Amino acid sequence: MTEVRLFATCLAEQFFPSVVDAAALVLERMKIKVRPLKSAFCCGQAPFNEGLREPALELARRFLNSCEPGTPVVIPSGSCTSMVKIFYSDLLAEEPALAARAAAIRPWLFEFSQFIVNVMRVKYVGARFDRTVAYHPACHLTRELGVVDEPRVLLGQVEGLRLVDFRNPEECCGFGGLFSVKLPHISAAMVEDKIVRLKECGAQAVVANDCGCLMQIGGAIHRQGLAIETFHLAEVLAAR
Amino acid sequence: MAAAKPDPAPDFFATSRAGVADAELRRKLENSTGRHLDHVAQMRAEFPPYDAERDAARAIKEDAIGRLDQLLIELKHQLEANGCTVFIAADAAEARDYILKVARQAGARRVVKGKSMATEEIALNPALEAAGLEVVETDLGEYIVQLRRERPSHIITPAIHLSKEDIGQLFADKLGIPYSAEPATLTAAARDRLRGIFLAADMGITGVNFAVAETGTLVLVENEGNGRLSSTLPETFIAVMGIEKVIPRLADVPHFLEILARTGTGQKLTTYTNFISGPRRKGEADGPGAMHVVMLDNGRSTMLADPVLREALYCLRCGACLNVCPVYRRIGGHAYNSVYPGPIGSIVSPNLFGSAAAQLPFASTLCGACRDICPVKIDIPRILLHLRWKEGQATPPIKWPADARRARAGVARFARMARHPRTMRLLTRAAAIFARPFAHDGYLKRMPGAFRNWTRWGRDFPAPRFRRRKHVP
Repeated sequence: MTEVRLFATCLAEQFFPSVVDAAALVLERMKIKVRPLKSAFCCGQAPFNEGLREPALELARRFLNSCEPGTPVVIPSGSCTSMVKIFYSDLLAEEPALAARAAAIRPWLFEFSQFIVNVMRVKYVGARFDRTVAYHPACHLTRELGVVDEPRVLLGQVEGLRLVDFRNPEECCGFGGLFSVKLPHISAAMVEDKIVRLKECGAQAVVANDCGCLMQIGGAIHRQGLAIETFHLAEVLAAR
Repeated sequence: MAAAKPDPAPDFFATSRAGVADAELRRKLENSTGRHLDHVAQMRAEFPPYDAERDAARAIKEDAIGRLDQLLIELKHQLEANGCTVFIAADAAEARDYILKVARQAGARRVVKGKSMATEEIALNPALEAAGLEVVETDLGEYIVQLRRERPSHIITPAIHLSKEDIGQLFADKLGIPYSAEPATLTAAARDRLRGIFLAADMGITGVNFAVAETGTLVLVENEGNGRLSSTLPETFIAVMGIEKVIPRLADVPHFLEILARTGTGQKLTTYTNFISGPRRKGEADGPGAMHVVMLDNGRSTMLADPVLREALYCLRCGACLNVCPVYRRIGGHAYNSVYPGPIGSIVSPNLFGSAAAQLPFASTLCGACRDICPVKIDIPRILLHLRWKEGQATPPIKWPADARRARAGVARFARMARHPRTMRLLTRAAAIFARPFAHDGYLKRMPGAFRNWTRWGRDFPAPRFRRRKHVP
């Protein structure tokens, strides 16, 4: 039986625990043993993106010491996965020992949809979700990790789900971590325009693979009082 | 740091706020950048070798920037052999002084300019005007912003922030023609005005797209023929180039031409591709009597010395990263308070303009759309991250508005606490209990402290949750 560690990520632990449960459920239904990665809380992306490399380094150290080469770590977030898989090499440039550990662990780190489709070679997870859905491709997931088709493949196999297109789906939702509160007017303008396009397409729900996007899009939808729901891909795949 | 030129413009937080508040500006930006992106997508689809050409062009730039000193010596030698006078300017002031000296010696009174970001960078026009010269921008977009006495708001589409109605009104006011919003009428009016100016000009100044070291050939691409007229009609011609424009061989040029217009303007090629090989020779009837080439450093060698920032010198100034940038599309070019706006501006401006531009690397969500569209694949997000780190350590420290400073301090505090997962989980639980009475179906309408700006700006905040399930540690 395959065993994986599930890294909840700080955003999901604090604001979207149901996403973590859903991700675990989907994996368990595939006969995978899921153990939480308890000894790390955050990958360090927020301070790293702000240029605060020393605090980020300590979080990277903790994360890397929590992982073991040989055991896959599944992360339900494109941007946290890109941090640990890609940006750690810049962060750890001056820390050869830790950089070596990161390099050994890198092949064992997977974003949730990437793991299901590319490692487990599964497309149909037995989910049913009766809604018209727009899929928002998160920036780091798409452009850093190159995970473009995997979520769409999985959504395409969900019974009852109708996937609709909307204009300019790849444009960023405006979250950007600290950007969302440091330059809130630009961040809000970006999500405002994204929601205009989502409304046009008639979706009942928006699905993304990243809790940051869900916070941003969901928060703006809720403020506007719209009847569009937001879900993480894992929640859709766990639905029966 | 390069010689700091403190920019008197207001700070980015204030100007970008004005940008997003201007619904009309956002509509114009969305329309014209959107149209541009459609054209680029179509061009790329119709030209299968596009990606191979991108790789070829990037490889040439890597090679050229890797031996920049050697190529510049070769270029200088070839230009001089072709009859040009070459001046290497360490900074903007040296470049301006040299150009003024040439103008004085030539007895020039009227200057026509082809579009050039390098001359914007060194603030050449005000210096020439202060010396009593008449300066006219001859690229239509540049002509328009010059009439309005403002800066270009885009690297290749200087008047992108204006509608045809805006321009019609401007021409009615400044050129005294009857109001029209018909592009053909407006273009004809500008052309009519500019023809006489070209014929009367005694000095021409343009930028340079590529400078070929092997032959001393300057390549200038443009769409209106104004670059050709500026570089051939007046008796004195000055080309101003950033030192990063040098490429080794004439055979390298086609690789760039294949991708530059396709990405920059969504054209196969620009209408005019000028190969300029020196002043008029004995027995020739056309061309300038004297040609000068100003090679501008102005902080570029500082960028060269930084192994991460160096990649910014590969930039072809195609402007595509501005069109695709979700931040630029919401705030427009003027909000950046820099000659170079948008993603590329955010990586080159801090080095060119010092602390006044230090906030710009933070004006991004790091979405990576710029790197995807960049014809030479400059890893702009990585450079932004590098600069955030570097600028964060700079003295004097970056001046942040109070809310931004609070947010920065907040994330530093979070990072220290997040080293202790058990404590964080206890705190999450406490926060969930505390927030419960304030939550409306799972969301908070108002947040305190560093998150204040979230709920002030159009978004509810998800209430913290804690559920004792086995998968939530």
